[in-house]
Amino acid sequence: MTEDRIAKFEARRARLEQLSDAELKNRFWELCEELMSPIVDLARTHTSPSIERSVLLRMGVDSVSSQGVVSRVLEAGLLGKGAGHVVLKVAEQRGVDIPAAAALILEDKDVLQGLW
Amino acid sequence: MTKQLDPKQKLDIEEILTDLENYHPPRKGWTWREVPAEGVEMGPFHYKDMSTPLKQSIGLPASKYFDYIDPQPSCVVTTEIASGRFEDDLRRMRMAAWHGADHLMVIRTTGQSHIDGLLEGTPEGVGGVPITRKQIRASRKACDLIEEEVGRPINFHSYVSGVAGPEVAVLFAEEGINGAHQDPQYNVLYRNVNMYRSFVDAAEAKRVMTGARIFQIDGAHNANATAKAGWLVMPELMVQHGINCAFSAAVGMDKELIGLSTVPPDAPPAPKLWYDLPYAVALRDFFSEYKMRAQQNTRYIEADVEEAIRTHTIDTLISMLTSADIQSTITPDEGRNVPWHYNNVRGVQTVKQTWAALDGIKELLTLNHEGPLGEMVRDIKVRAVAFLEEILEIGGYFAAVEQGFFVDSGKYPQRNGDGIARDGKGGVAANSIVARDPDYLAPVCDHFGDNHLPEGVAHVCDLIGGCTLCQPEKIVYIDELDPEDSADKRLEATHPYRKGNLIKPEAEWAGDGTILTQFFVPLPEDFAAAYGLEMAQRLGLQDPQVVNLQVMHPAEGCFVEVKGKVAFDVDVTTLKVPEKEIILPEEELRAAVKEVGLTVVAGTVGEDEHSVGLREILDIKHGGIEKYGVKYHYLGTSVPVGKLLDAAIETGAHAILISTIISHNDVHKLQMRKLADLCIERGLRDKLILIAGGTQVTREMAAETGLDATFGRGTKGIHVVNAMVKVLQGRGVL
Repeated sequence: MTEDRIAKFEARRARLEQLSDAELKNRFWELCEELMSPIVDLARTHTSPSIERSVLLRMGVDSVSSQGVVSRVLEAGLLGKGAGHVVLKVAEQRGVDIPAAAALILEDKDVLQGLW
Repeated sequence: MTKQLDPKQKLDIEEILTDLENYHPPRKGWTWREVPAEGVEMGPFHYKDMSTPLKQSIGLPASKYFDYIDPQPSCVVTTEIASGRFEDDLRRMRMAAWHGADHLMVIRTTGQSHIDGLLEGTPEGVGGVPITRKQIRASRKACDLIEEEVGRPINFHSYVSGVAGPEVAVLFAEEGINGAHQDPQYNVLYRNVNMYRSFVDAAEAKRVMTGARIFQIDGAHNANATAKAGWLVMPELMVQHGINCAFSAAVGMDKELIGLSTVPPDAPPAPKLWYDLPYAVALRDFFSEYKMRAQQNTRYIEADVEEAIRTHTIDTLISMLTSADIQSTITPDEGRNVPWHYNNVRGVQTVKQTWAALDGIKELLTLNHEGPLGEMVRDIKVRAVAFLEEILEIGGYFAAVEQGFFVDSGKYPQRNGDGIARDGKGGVAANSIVARDPDYLAPVCDHFGDNHLPEGVAHVCDLIGGCTLCQPEKIVYIDELDPEDSADKRLEATHPYRKGNLIKPEAEWAGDGTILTQFFVPLPEDFAAAYGLEMAQRLGLQDPQVVNLQVMHPAEGCFVEVKGKVAFDVDVTTLKVPEKEIILPEEELRAAVKEVGLTVVAGTVGEDEHSVGLREILDIKHGGIEKYGVKYHYLGTSVPVGKLLDAAIETGAHAILISTIISHNDVHKLQMRKLADLCIERGLRDKLILIAGGTQVTREMAAETGLDATFGRGTKGIHVVNAMVKVLQGRGVL
């Protein structure tokens, strides 16, 4: 395996040595971009508890409450909707502002039932 | 808004902490130094590669020979601060800023990267501070005052890493942090955060940072601090930098905001230049669109401060031979304990001194790319590209991490099997990412990725009537969660040392009492260390610890450094400080001497054959009064006072200088009084300046004996000229 790797490297080196400095640099960046492309897609289509808490922070929910709300949303299987989306929906349904909607979710997790 | 800082007053920490709930940073984003294209004129010199000088600063010690100029490098200069108590760090920041730091990097407390959420309040940290809203807000407020005081914007910096990256990024954006480390590879490799979580979070964090124009620094330098042979991992370093740069740019980060954290990987006695220079050149070739944050080497710092400073000087030379947008400094005592605050200043001085010495070096020297340098540069680049090709071949980045491609100590493609391998299903916060539904929504600004806004919404946060990034008044400020472990409690304890009259020396915290002693002891290594502790204990130092020991010779002895704590307080009101004589500028003294044609007669009076001290005051060779243009008639030793007076009349001298060393039975004071009385008798007292000097003479004796000025040990010619000119000014002669 190791010898195989070294042989492959020597072949690559022989090929890369044919490139000019500018071509080598382009190749470097093409490869970096190619490697990152699927990861960028992963990030674009996924979320995480921290991302959702960061959304709630930006909505004016304090850090302690955002922890609790995201846990509730995750338990309810709604994180894929976006925790901010959930809180916004509760706020609209109940006619309260965002921090109050977050507080309602913390007080009673049944608030999340039947939202979708 | 707190009032302006007064350089004569300490930073008022309690005032900084007052009304924090309503404080919002007046500006956001990173700031580079102003670098005039035409260079900078300072004192007698023209500098080619310097930034606009500071309004107030402290220059290098030798600046006194050059009109006290304090040239400031063109790059931003970083200092890292990590005491564990942010309220003490604020004073350290101010000191560092006065010496030229404008990038203040606050290290986080141990373990914060594994906390899944934000911390609040001001608990004490270990090896850094818990990064919280209150800590940041207070620190940024202090930076706002300090930057006003020194006259240059300060970039405040911390870390967007760990499992709460996106929240930390929002916190930083809201509170006006200017720079941050962000590199998902760092989480994966060194913090064992799950790799998918780390990259998904990083995309959001980077987007938030971009919105607030926060400058990003990556974490690649950790590879050469971690790998067993740091100087061999250079191809991998290129790959790590490339991955973070490409990922950052792909998620929308402006390349202007992306910096590489790069360290010259080697240190003497290794032939440093042969490794570090090709690496620096290769990096700057490939990453020409990105910024360079040149760090100094930490890997090889031992307990010897001077050795670290020498290595850091060479690191800075490599920056100057290539390029650095930011030159980071490492406190030279990092290898021995928690960095002491005066060592932050010493780190900054290393850069300032090197940069001034080598100003414009590229106009004088060019790198020779034709010889071995070019070959070595090309070799690193080829290996880096081959490394990337192999990653792609085996299935991509995550597969490469699982197979231990990174931080292996072999020179690529060699592999020693000691790399850091991580499992995609494992690590902190494994299985915590969730696919976004087709109707996923996040109604806030600077959000990355799929976001399905309802039709007709012009601006994303209109849905909630504005987010905190648009309306800072919506930010929820939490003061403390545990009032017992807080800055207020600690400030109460240190109050007597900060605002009262009690004084203790300090290394990191107010009132810590820590000092360092240095000495040579003629003992072999083991005994020298034991002696150091015994000596410190007898001196009354608490918790003594040998922090450095170097063998000068196996049998002849050792250089030893011992730290310990001073057990007593000194009340500042009991200190007797001699009133300071203000010396007029040399130019002014010379002009005054010339204007009146100042002439003196001088001699040692009484039965006294001492002549050396007076000759030093007179002769040009010793920096005596002659140097300033004063003419003198020297009458020798054992001269009667009357004879000096006659000579003064005869020569038309303005002053009589007597030297009197023998003090038995106060004979020196008798001679001084006799001179004054004799002048009064002859009606010449207001015509002549009378000055006496000697080893037992004090400044207070002038008033006692009726002379104009009296001088003791350590007096120089300039002090005497200064006194004579001031008397002449007082008499209206000048």
